[in-house]
Amino acid sequence: MAPSTQKLVHTFGALADLGQEVANTGDFSEMVRTSMHLLLGTLALRRGAVVECQGERTLSCVAVWGLEETLLTKFEIPEAEELEILEAAAPALLVGNNDSGFLRRYESLLSGHGIELLVPMIVQGKLNGFVFLGGKASGEEFSSEDFETIKAMVRHIGVGIHTHRLIEQVAQRAEENRRLYEELRAIYRATVKAFAAAIDIKDKYTQGHSERVGRYSEIVARELGWGEDEVEGIQIAGYLHDVGKLVVDRNIINAPYQIDAKQSSELNRHPLAGYEILLPINHPYADIPLMAKYHHERLDGRGYPDGLMDEQIPLGAKIVSLADSFDAMTTDRPYRRRRSFEDVVRDLRQNSGTQFDGKVVVAFARAILKEVIGETKERRIIKMLGKGYLDGDQVPTLLKDLIADLENTPRGAVAG
Amino acid sequence: MDISSGALIKSHCVGTIAVVYASDYLNKLTGEKIERECRRQLDSGCRALVIDFADTQLVNSIGISILLGIIDIAEKNGAKVIFADVNNQTVELFQMLGLTRHVALAKNEQEALSDLTHPDATPTIH
Repeated sequence: MAPSTQKLVHTFGALADLGQEVANTGDFSEMVRTSMHLLLGTLALRRGAVVECQGERTLSCVAVWGLEETLLTKFEIPEAEELEILEAAAPALLVGNNDSGFLRRYESLLSGHGIELLVPMIVQGKLNGFVFLGGKASGEEFSSEDFETIKAMVRHIGVGIHTHRLIEQVAQRAEENRRLYEELRAIYRATVKAFAAAIDIKDKYTQGHSERVGRYSEIVARELGWGEDEVEGIQIAGYLHDVGKLVVDRNIINAPYQIDAKQSSELNRHPLAGYEILLPINHPYADIPLMAKYHHERLDGRGYPDGLMDEQIPLGAKIVSLADSFDAMTTDRPYRRRRSFEDVVRDLRQNSGTQFDGKVVVAFARAILKEVIGETKERRIIKMLGKGYLDGDQVPTLLKDLIADLENTPRGAVAG
Repeated sequence: MDISSGALIKSHCVGTIAVVYASDYLNKLTGEKIERECRRQLDSGCRALVIDFADTQLVNSIGISILLGIIDIAEKNGAKVIFADVNNQTVELFQMLGLTRHVALAKNEQEALSDLTHPDATPTIH
């Protein structure tokens, strides 16, 4: 092969490798080091370094070969010297034969370490740094072809560095945004919890109800295999399901007796009122207003406000509905004591398929069973229900029988 | 004669001469392994390096840069370097790029060892 052809083949091979290398979005230092090796190997240069503009008017060494690394740690470049280099637009500055202010200041240092060329890395009209190059192993001077090769390869390296830095900035901003978003969500959750507490304060007999409904709903959704975002969303829906009670007369909510039909009608406004309160808010989770609106709907169509049937009711609303009823049955009310767990299980069995969705009841029963038999370390339900409530020996059997019955019955409807 | 083997790089010592075997394609991966092996041999007291290219078909740009680095390290350690059994195409590349100004070439490992063990003889450049 003629030497000129061989040189071309060698150079093209290096350019192809360099193209792949600068497109590599992995390790930045390795990319720069390998790119510099490719440049040095193309012309058989014995030493070189890549210095990058970092911060205000400072150049730092990001790769070095055949030179002492301590020599090339920091260079200062005043604005005037940068402008001078940009305006000259020279492909390379020859050490010892150039009037550049920057080069004059560092000339003795660079030439003392065998650096012969400074190649500016200019990307989008800005000086991104330099590639410092030593002499050729052949001892020959740089030819015009060599300068063309150097110019092309340094441009590749400059673009590669620039792209890497842009990707880093984008990743950093994405991380900042993610953190801000997390903070906003945390603020939102805290606000919602405070709001839930405010709702419950209005009803002196059911303090903590909204928070418990939120937690039960979250546990059921998790048991049903929902994703983390959806689980968080239904927890929020649980916290806010009774927000409409804020517009209901306090005397009706706190009545220490069974309320009459007119009062009941007033109280039954709360799901729709809640929906109207929640609808204008831009929640980070889907369907929260709908879950509040439909948490008193029933599978048999006898619920309110819209009398929806089974498939028309969102699953989230079915979960909140069960959590709401379960908490109502398992907490004391002004006119009655809470029901025994056996009685609650009987109610769930009887009303599955008419009031409650059997699949949701099964998921809740499974979650309770896991805590009761110690299959999970979590004790959240046990804690919410209070000491002793789930201690009976019959509790696991009650839950297992309920699960078996509902799983074997179409639509979860079981005769009482 | 002790033969040790890394992942790809084999080497052995003859007195204070280390013979390091380059693989079929001298690129970044294999080049860095050869460089590490040469450094290790020099650090452990070798006074000369023979890099055997008998299996080497191709040397790319990074390979050239790494070989120049090895030459530099050897010079700093006062050690001689001989490239042995280099194929014609690679010899032309080394000559074109000027590597042969800094290292001697030998037909094979035996000739390289002979050149190094008879210091008065001029190393052969083919």
